[in-house]
Order: sequence, then C-alpha cells, then structure tokens
Amino acid sequence: MNSSVYSAPMTGNTTTHSEQLSLFIFKNGNKLLLYLLLTALSIPFIFPFWWMFTSAFKPPNDIFAYPLTLLPQNWRLENFVEVFTFQPFARHYFNSLYIATLVTLGTLVISSLSGYAFARIRFRGSNMMFLLLLSALMMPTEVTIVPNYSLMQTLRLTDTHIPLIILPILGANGIVASFLMRQYFLGIPLELEEAGFLDGLSRWGIFWRIALPVAKPALVAVTILSFLYSWNSFLEPLVFINNNDLYTLPLALRSITDEYGQSLWNIQLAATALTVVPVLIIYAVAQRHVVESFALSGTKG
Amino acid sequence: MQSPIRRYHSMSLARKDELIGYLFVAPQMLGFFVFVLGPILAIFLFSTQERNLLTGVVNPVELANFEYMLQSDRLFPKVLANSLIFTSGLVPLNIVLALILAMLLTRKLRGMIFFRTLFFAPVVTSAVAWAIVWRFLLQGDQGINQLLSGIGIDGPNWLREPGWAMASVIVTRVLKTVGLNMIIFMSAIQNLPREYDEAASVDGANFSQIFFRITLPQLAPTILVVLVLTVIGSLQVFDHILLMTNGGPANATAVLIYYIWFQAFKVFDIGYASALAVVLFVIVLTATIIQWALRRRFIYNEQ
Repeated sequence: MNSSVYSAPMTGNTTTHSEQLSLFIFKNGNKLLLYLLLTALSIPFIFPFWWMFTSAFKPPNDIFAYPLTLLPQNWRLENFVEVFTFQPFARHYFNSLYIATLVTLGTLVISSLSGYAFARIRFRGSNMMFLLLLSALMMPTEVTIVPNYSLMQTLRLTDTHIPLIILPILGANGIVASFLMRQYFLGIPLELEEAGFLDGLSRWGIFWRIALPVAKPALVAVTILSFLYSWNSFLEPLVFINNNDLYTLPLALRSITDEYGQSLWNIQLAATALTVVPVLIIYAVAQRHVVESFALSGTKG
Repeated sequence: MQSPIRRYHSMSLARKDELIGYLFVAPQMLGFFVFVLGPILAIFLFSTQERNLLTGVVNPVELANFEYMLQSDRLFPKVLANSLIFTSGLVPLNIVLALILAMLLTRKLRGMIFFRTLFFAPVVTSAVAWAIVWRFLLQGDQGINQLLSGIGIDGPNWLREPGWAMASVIVTRVLKTVGLNMIIFMSAIQNLPREYDEAASVDGANFSQIFFRITLPQLAPTILVVLVLTVIGSLQVFDHILLMTNGGPANATAVLIYYIWFQAFKVFDIGYASALAVVLFVIVLTATIIQWALRRRFIYNEQ
C-alpha cells in the first residue's frame, strides 16, 4: 500500500487499525518533516535580518565578539544617535522619501494615461509605439546610463535630484508600469465604458470616472513597485550625486566608513536597519498586495 | 485661420479620439525617445569615438574601441568569462531552489503564507542593505565562519579568495531574489489542472513520479520564460557586486555591467564604456528576442 501524501483514500475494510495508525503518523510525520525542512531553508533568508537588527544595538566590539551572541549583551542605543550625527542622515531620509513619492506619483499619472490609450483608444501607430516600448522593457538602465549622464551634464542637472526623479518615471520602471496598466485595462469589460459613452461622457470622462476607479488593483501595484524601485535604487544616485547633502539612503549607507574606507559596522548596521524596517512593516501589513504586484511585473535577477 | 479649439470641435468623434490617444501617450513616448531610445542610439555613436567624461574631448576613432576590446584589453575576456560564470551559476541555482520552494509552499497546509512571506522578504529589501549585511557575515572569521567553526569546519575567507568570492556573490544574490521566481512558480502550480496528479496518485504513483512525469512537463513553458528572464536579470546585477566585493579580489567578480560602470565613471573613458554597453545591449536584445519567441509559442501561459 502506497503511503505518500498523495495516496488515495483508504478503503475501510482492507486496513487494520494499526495500519491506519501508522499511516496517520506517517502522514503527520510527513507534515512535520515539511515544516522542519521549511524552517531550515528559511534560516539563510532570516538570519541576515536578525543579525542586522541585533547588531544595530551592540557596541562596536561586541559585534566582533566570539562566540556570536544572538541577543545584544550590552545594549547601545547611541548607535542610533551616531547615525544622525555622523552625516545628515535625516536629510538623506527626507531626500529618499520625497524622491520616491514624486517618482510614484509621476509614474502613476504617465503610465495610467499611456496604458489606457494603448489598451482602448485607436490611433495610427499605436501598435508600433507599443512594440517599441516593449522592446525596451528588458533593457538594463546600465546600458543607457552613460548617454543619460552626458545629457544631464549638458543640461547642468548632475548633482541635482532631477535625474533621480525623471529617469525612473520615463525609463525602465515607467515602461513596466505602462505595460501593467495596459494589461489591466484590457481586462475591463468594454460594456462598462460603452455605457459611459451612451451617457454622454467624453473620452476623458470615461477614463477618469469609469476605467481608472476600476483599475485600482493595478494602480496599487504600480505604487508599490515604483516606490520600492526608487527607494532601493543605487546606480542612478551613485552616478548623478556627489554632494553629501543630496545623498539618498542607499548612498548614505555605503558612506558610513572611517577615513580608511572601513565600515563603521555598528553605525552602518543601525542606519541600514532604519532604512529596512519601514519597508518590512509595510510589507508585513500588505504582503498580499506586495507579492501580487511583483508577480505581475515578472522577474529580475 | 481657425483657432485650435474651434478646429477640435469641428472634428469627427473618431478623429477627436485619435487626437486624445496621441495626447495620452505623448508624455511616455517623448520620455522614451529622450531617455531610452536616444541613449541606446547614442551608445552606438559614442562607441565609435574617443570620448572623455572629464575633459569633454571627443574624437571619431571608428572601430578602435572594439579593436582594443577584442585585441588588447586583457580584462575584457576575463570580465566576459566572469559574467558567464555568474549567470550560469546563478540561474540554475535560482530556478531549482524557486521550484522546490514553490512545490513545498503550494501544499494546502497551515503556515504556508507565513513561510512565503519569509522567503519573499529579501526581494523587497534593498540590495545595498542585503549586501552590507552579507559582507559582514562573510568576512574573515566573523559570522558564517564562526557558525561553521562551531561544527568543526574551518571556512575560507569568503570574499578575499577569487573562487569563493564569486560563489558568495552568486549564493547571496540567489537568496535575495529567489522569492520572485518562487511566487511566479507558485501561481503557475496553483493554476495547473488537478485531475492528472489525482488520477496518478490513485494509480499508485509516488511523489517524485508525479513531479517529474506530470507537474514538471506542465510547468515547462513557465520555466522557460522564467529562465530567460532570470538570465537577463543576472546580467543587470551591479549594486550587489559593487558593495560586496567591489569587483575583486583580483577582478574575480568584475562582471560586464560592473566593468561598464568602472570604465565610464572611474576611468572616465565613456567611449570605451559605450562600446562595452553595445556588447551588453546585443546580449540582452538576443535574450529578449528568445523570450518573445518562447512566449508566442506558449501563448496560453499569458493570461
């Protein structure tokens, strides 16, 4: 008798009680095994977070203590004070926050407009234009960073936040967003909009009053993806920003080093924790939305 | 001479609609031409020039950059080989682990959402944070090596030995992004028709038979698409490498994308960096075309 988790229902009179019992134990043993396996597998995913959060509270020497302590022996809250005195971290935080907000708003506006037009409005060249966008969907930002840098240099926009706002809205992140919006608008029943036409709504009215409210799930996805894209982005700030006051968080984290370029670990990890925690909280609260947004957008790396 | 407004009002409905279509896509398309398509064309132009980021010197040199790349640059073959090693290490590891996790997590059991949340958490975390923490955990006798010495293993200096450095960068990158492929596989598995494996289990097939004979072939289209996407993604890994190893030791982890950045913003040779970007462009374009062909072939996968 086969006793895998996929086994067919037992027929009552062919098995003895002890057979049924052993089957029961095996099935539950299987379950236990699965939980043990998943727990073991999750350690390398969880340990870095654990280590980051606990080390953020340790004095510098304790971070290197042997043996490794799972909880801080001496709590040192000054780490978090030094995060803000080492460099203008509050300003960096504000920079990241407002840039990510503008990127998100800009992407929402531009991608919902173009996504709607590509899904619903007939105009000459629309297929051609959409195909062009699609072909760039996979292009790494790194391919175009050099000419974009030259362009921004010519416009005297290096060492400003403008490239960090414009490029995600109109580049890779924005193109993914338009693609998502178009897919979603295509799935909305046409009858809904036809009713609007009959009621005398203009095209804008149909877009604004009918299509956009229905597309809320797609707008949520674009919001989550754009915000995280900007909040976590590293290459653009690294290339475009020199002035420490203009740093965003990822750059700020990288620069927490002594004069020899060695990391000041306790401060660096406290700062890192401060940038990761808000994201993790939002993720924990809205994890279904977050996971679905990423599932929609496909995959990278 | 009609005013634009009056002209708009005298248009037919279809013409008006067409105009609105153009207006709706205008910001996106203008941005696309200026910040994406233009720059892509520009790297082809720049790649035929001697061009310096700091001095602003521009001289046409035809194919000299490519000649240098193929004939004299000792680093270029190494960088290409590194990219190949990185991609061919990362992609199978990522996909196999993602498949295993997806198979485990699609059981209808309590707590699966909880584990999904754990495995996916690094995906939303910044690569910079992830790299900073792992750089600490993998240095000298810290972190991982402390744990290893606890069970009697004398671990290597992960990030300072060329072979181990590449392995470390690959594995920690897989841990960062495997959650993404995992959820794609999970939704593919959940959409599979159940009848087949139920019938097979009634016939006495065991788990591995069901997996290899029934589940895997049905997942093949999804796996192929995810495969190509993961290959493309692996070519874009920059921040992770810059922060963990800075391309070292002895350029062992300097991949193509890192080398482009290095040439452009450390050596300031944007002509040569553009020639390297052309190479990357061609590779990504090829992979994209393959991916399109696969999607077209398995169109039912696209819901």
